[in-house]
Amino acid sequence: MKKECVAMLLAGGQGTRLKSLTKQIAKPAVYFGGKYRIIDFPLSNCTNSGIDTVGVLTQYEPLILNNYIGIGSDWDLDRKYGGVSVLPPYVQSEEGGGWYTGTANAIYRNIKFLNQYDPDHVLVLSGDHIYKMDYSDMLDYHKASGADATISVIEVPWEEASRFGLMNTNDSGVITEFDEKPEHPKSNLASMGVYIFRWDILKRYLIDDANNENSSNDFGKDIIPAMLGDYKKMMAYTFDGYWKDVGTVASLWEANMDLLKEKQELELNDYSWRIYSKSPNQPPQYISHEATVHNALINEGCRIHGTIDHSVIFYGVHVKEGSIIQDSVIMPEAKIGKNVTINRAIIAAGSVIEDGAVIGDPSPKSDITLVADEDSVLAKSYLEQIIK
Amino acid sequence: MDRIAGIINLDHEQDVLDELTYFRCSAAVPFAGRYRMIDFTISNMSNSRIESIAVFARRKYRSLMDHLEQGKAWDLDRKRGGLFILPPDWNDPTDISKGDLQHFHNNIDFITRTLADYVVVSGTQNICNINFREVLEEHKASGADVTVVYKKVEELYPEHKRAHKLTIDESGRVTDIHNDQRSNNVYMDMYILEKNYLYGMIEDCIAHGCSHFFLDGIKARLPQIHMHAYEYEGAHALINSVESYYRHSASLLNGANHDDLFKEEAPIFTKVKNEPPTKYSQDSNVTNTLVANGCVIDGQVEDSILFRGVKVAKGAVIKNSIIMQRCEIDSNAVLENVILDKDCRISNSRTLIGVPEKPYVVAKRVSM
Repeated sequence: MKKECVAMLLAGGQGTRLKSLTKQIAKPAVYFGGKYRIIDFPLSNCTNSGIDTVGVLTQYEPLILNNYIGIGSDWDLDRKYGGVSVLPPYVQSEEGGGWYTGTANAIYRNIKFLNQYDPDHVLVLSGDHIYKMDYSDMLDYHKASGADATISVIEVPWEEASRFGLMNTNDSGVITEFDEKPEHPKSNLASMGVYIFRWDILKRYLIDDANNENSSNDFGKDIIPAMLGDYKKMMAYTFDGYWKDVGTVASLWEANMDLLKEKQELELNDYSWRIYSKSPNQPPQYISHEATVHNALINEGCRIHGTIDHSVIFYGVHVKEGSIIQDSVIMPEAKIGKNVTINRAIIAAGSVIEDGAVIGDPSPKSDITLVADEDSVLAKSYLEQIIK
Repeated sequence: MDRIAGIINLDHEQDVLDELTYFRCSAAVPFAGRYRMIDFTISNMSNSRIESIAVFARRKYRSLMDHLEQGKAWDLDRKRGGLFILPPDWNDPTDISKGDLQHFHNNIDFITRTLADYVVVSGTQNICNINFREVLEEHKASGADVTVVYKKVEELYPEHKRAHKLTIDESGRVTDIHNDQRSNNVYMDMYILEKNYLYGMIEDCIAHGCSHFFLDGIKARLPQIHMHAYEYEGAHALINSVESYYRHSASLLNGANHDDLFKEEAPIFTKVKNEPPTKYSQDSNVTNTLVANGCVIDGQVEDSILFRGVKVAKGAVIKNSIIMQRCEIDSNAVLENVILDKDCRISNSRTLIGVPEKPYVVAKRVSM
């Protein structure tokens, strides 16, 4: 059955800069915002944008991700035609097998998957970003402009521009040049890693790219420059809203803290644009007599007996009496004992923090402490406490 | 493993929760911050691996059907079995059945077609966390025709007045069912029996003009029928009045009561609403309160229960109250001993105060 537009979500990233948070899981499965995993955002955006066919390209530590996506029912992507398909690398009779060698290679090796739907356009997404975006608006823009490819861009502050892949455009939004992390930026329009291609054109470039032994098989490094070099019509679509790459411990922490601002840039309590997620099915949270809660996001199943100040608390977290949690993110099912102090930290899912532990550094310039391998970190904090 | 089918019989449940049952049957009344009363019955059945469940509904079931959908939340959207909501649309010209026997007669296909050997029949007013597999084991071991579930309550409250009580001999056999106000053996409106036995009893009841399957069919034949009593020992709340609803809601603020009812190994499921986590502002002041997801709290909340999506503005004060889904409490409003049904709005500086013995109940969608 024909689909006008099929989404391909690149979810194979290892996310090494998230350190031990991605030791067991792929980056798109990392927790965010008290309830979600990162991949909930692109998947929910697809559903809310009316895109009901999504291929999820997995590679690194796919177990949890596969299990989490299931048949897609949590995002309403369990469809008779289309829906969600998890696409890991596989062995082909002629070409053999092997890992996806790059983002473009991942799509190239799923040409057969895309051909099933005979799409006019392919939406390429990454599983690394937190944002709410209506892809159907971008698709309309792409179709109206008659572009071969449309790249979603966001204005970033000029002083930070050199950290991004930048699009230089002319007055009518046509991309004239692509600079990957240039020293002297000519533009402050950063690529968001959201692309729409005409499928017939993209297919040709993917095949050419696969035959090029010198290519790194990457969209940003190979496909986009090749298309620009051939003067294909490429448009920049400016997105105006909250968008954040949560690729590092610091940026993940910061994006969580953004949710606590009084003025919401990323409104999660938005009935018209729900971010869907797998429900943990737990009873309501309980805030006890002894508890003090200010400036916090707290999810179901929590039992709070301590002080929560400016923090994001995922589901099933228990915080016992006398503990103080400030400027921190506590991931699902973590159990925090009595008289624990946690400052500027991310506590990974399922951690057990014993009574009296001291974690993190409250000074605003300090690095974010990550507790994932609880034994070692706790032993250290215990030692520090004894020495004091 | 023995197969068990479930029947949730709402026919005798009266709409006794005042404003809360104006627009819905009591099975659909919201409870404990995010659930409906019937969620406990269905989850107990589903956790006991009862995979084929019929709901006998007669009145005010719109809200119930909206809530249950196809049973997905309880994993009951099955190819074999699943959830059957059976409202009273029956057109058999030869039908002579009366009362709840109408449900049994007109839905007899549910009973004849099910592959189960046993059937659990339950109401929804006894909130509990029960494993029907254990009831079945005891039923089989006792060799009884019917096994009923009861709770030995420590203290009698007004809600137990209307409940049936059991007289039980040393062997666990029920010798009498009555309304003796001094008895602590509260019948929990749940029983298990063999499917073929149930089928025979239904035929017999209809032939004899019975209108209440349990009372006319089973209780009336008591000396002949071997009825065994299964003692349920977990958390229990019989809710058949606003007063009992309010008191049992408040008792969930006690951690031990709460943990008895909400067990990790036997979770209570409900329809998922995809609300974000609850947001507490700098000015919020919340103590001893159960809070569901999707709330935005700027004000003060004590000893209360907030359902999903409640907004409490700065300066508002809520004490000893139950605030249902999507209510909005504007700034400086004061609520004490109040039950607000869904979608109510309390405007600036309004004060509503009930007394603990008789909370002030506001019907659905009222603005004041």
